[in-house]
Amino acid sequence: MGGSWLQYVAGGLTAGAIYALVALGFSIVYHASHAINFAQGEFVMIGGMSAVSLVGLGLPMWAALPLAVLGAAIVGLLVQRLALERAQARGQADVVTLIIITIGVALFLRGLAQLVWDKRIHALPAFSGSEPIPIGGATVLPQSLWVLAGATLAVLALGWFFNRTLYGKAMRATAINPLAARLVGVSTRGVMRTSFALAAALGALGGVLTAPITFTSTDIGVMLGLKGFAAAMLGGLGSFGGAIAGGLLLGLIEGLGAGFISSSYKDAIAFVVILVVLFLLPGGLVGARRSDRV
Amino acid sequence: MGLNPQSVRSFARRWLLPLGLPFALAAPAWAQEPIRIGSFLSVTGPASFLGDPEQKTLEMQVDKINAEGGVLGRKLQLTVYDDAGDAEKARTFAKRLLEQDKVDVIVGGSTTGTTMAAVPLAEAAGVPFISLAGAVVIVEPVKKWVFKTPHTDRMACDKIFVDMKARGFTKAALISGSGGFDKSMRGECLKVAPNHGVQIVADETYGAADTDMTAQLTKIKGSGAQAVLNAGFGQGPAIVTRNHKQVGVNLPLYQSHGVASKEYIKLSGDAAEGVRLPAAALLVADLLPAGDPQKPVVTGYRNAYEGKFKSDVSTFGGHALDGLMIAVDAIKAAGGTDRAKVRDAIEATKGYVGTGGVVNMSATDHMGLDLSAFRMLEVKGGNWSLVK
Repeated sequence: MGGSWLQYVAGGLTAGAIYALVALGFSIVYHASHAINFAQGEFVMIGGMSAVSLVGLGLPMWAALPLAVLGAAIVGLLVQRLALERAQARGQADVVTLIIITIGVALFLRGLAQLVWDKRIHALPAFSGSEPIPIGGATVLPQSLWVLAGATLAVLALGWFFNRTLYGKAMRATAINPLAARLVGVSTRGVMRTSFALAAALGALGGVLTAPITFTSTDIGVMLGLKGFAAAMLGGLGSFGGAIAGGLLLGLIEGLGAGFISSSYKDAIAFVVILVVLFLLPGGLVGARRSDRV
Repeated sequence: MGLNPQSVRSFARRWLLPLGLPFALAAPAWAQEPIRIGSFLSVTGPASFLGDPEQKTLEMQVDKINAEGGVLGRKLQLTVYDDAGDAEKARTFAKRLLEQDKVDVIVGGSTTGTTMAAVPLAEAAGVPFISLAGAVVIVEPVKKWVFKTPHTDRMACDKIFVDMKARGFTKAALISGSGGFDKSMRGECLKVAPNHGVQIVADETYGAADTDMTAQLTKIKGSGAQAVLNAGFGQGPAIVTRNHKQVGVNLPLYQSHGVASKEYIKLSGDAAEGVRLPAAALLVADLLPAGDPQKPVVTGYRNAYEGKFKSDVSTFGGHALDGLMIAVDAIKAAGGTDRAKVRDAIEATKGYVGTGGVVNMSATDHMGLDLSAFRMLEVKGGNWSLVK
């Protein structure tokens, strides 16, 4: 049936766009510190839940959403400032230590979220209504288009930031050679903080874009974090283009797999992908983009 | 003065007896053991809209009973643990309730999965266990110590198929999730459909935490079904409802009593219009005719719950209320907390008017409800309405 696979693709791409945003967050932090931030999924949750609270307080959507993303960015900044900087400053910047700290942070954020908010499921109103749009034999929600558009804009903005602005280039320089970057006056600490804030903002953006479709609650962080990580691994950890490609590809595989093989094992697909990547393609699709150490 | 038997005895006679006697006499008064009610509920997690109102209801009702003097002059002591919908955690908490907290009766188990994990422990310990979960497997085959208050999934299937036949549908599509209740209800519906002359032409499933069921509904759209039955609870049915509208399936949608709460309507938005489901009278308390025996009970509970918690009443909280009150009535009838006597008294419950219906238990029926306890509801204008 012609319409079926198109429907699976549409659903898969929508989910894939969110995975891409989460994967981008992973890649940005990895790029700057070679650590994997396992709290990334929680930022998606914080974005969605903050938006729900702000809308609940009476704020209009166009104000609540940017504020929610900003709030998450501040949380990301605080995580780096309070949890990780100490380990890094004392020269104990062993990557494994940092990773374990982020796991602790993830647990902490989740617990805190359950106290601040509640444990129920919440929805955000769709940005522009929920009348399905027929495309080919499939129907697409307007919100799905918002997700894809939002993700694309974020990616373009990031591209401009890293390639065209001085600070963006400074961040890339720090990833290539931190010592040399510091010698020319780039603050490594500032770069780390900005990386975290950016990663959190991206995650939160994903959270607010998708909440009208998938609902949000305080425990969505775990699965999203793991799937986003799978996507980042698939694309190649540290590569931005890889993160986007990995996210979309993972979403597509999930959607098509659920449609044509079995819908019960949808979640397993992401984990099979991680295993396949680790066994066969450790550098991901893009191949390990190793920074040149001069 | 030394520490010899004589001086100790005289010390005791002079000081300890006069001072100690009053306490010894008063002891029976504050050594009255409280009646221990244990509970494990899914307050957080995917089944939170079952466990949260259940916990609130139990706490509210226990406080009310204690304020009115308790049961048989003894206070009720409620212990609630949150299993977050995880059967393993439920097992651990049930063990703790039975072995450490030494409860007299358990009223809990929000979901079929968590209930079934605890059933062997209750049976082995010989403690009455009133479950708040839906699947028929809890009371069939009948287990000596296990009872339940909610209607079974088989009753829901029967009620839905009766309604489908009345509307002229003979081909139905089934879509269910991966949870214990979902699987059980799916099995029951597949079993009883032929009894009503309904043929199941599609049988789709989704994962418990899935957020996109458009694939499954697309398959259902092309299956030749005349109506869709979603056997599930939690957030899955809300997403199915939305996707059902999005994909343009254009067939009547039936849900299970597992989503009989305002939460479901809120999450599904206007996609819920026209959805039908079987539910307890509690949801339509105002629409019940004046002579309905359940009307005073459901209206009273609804007013108390909504007044205290400022949120809509749910049938799951109602099942918790029924469970607790059946246990309390049984303890009164048994004259104490002797477990075997309480169990027998629960089994002998007759004519108890609860939020779920009128309960008549027996040795072969540890639930006590019949099909009339279910009312068929339809969502109209974002609210419940009685069908027929």
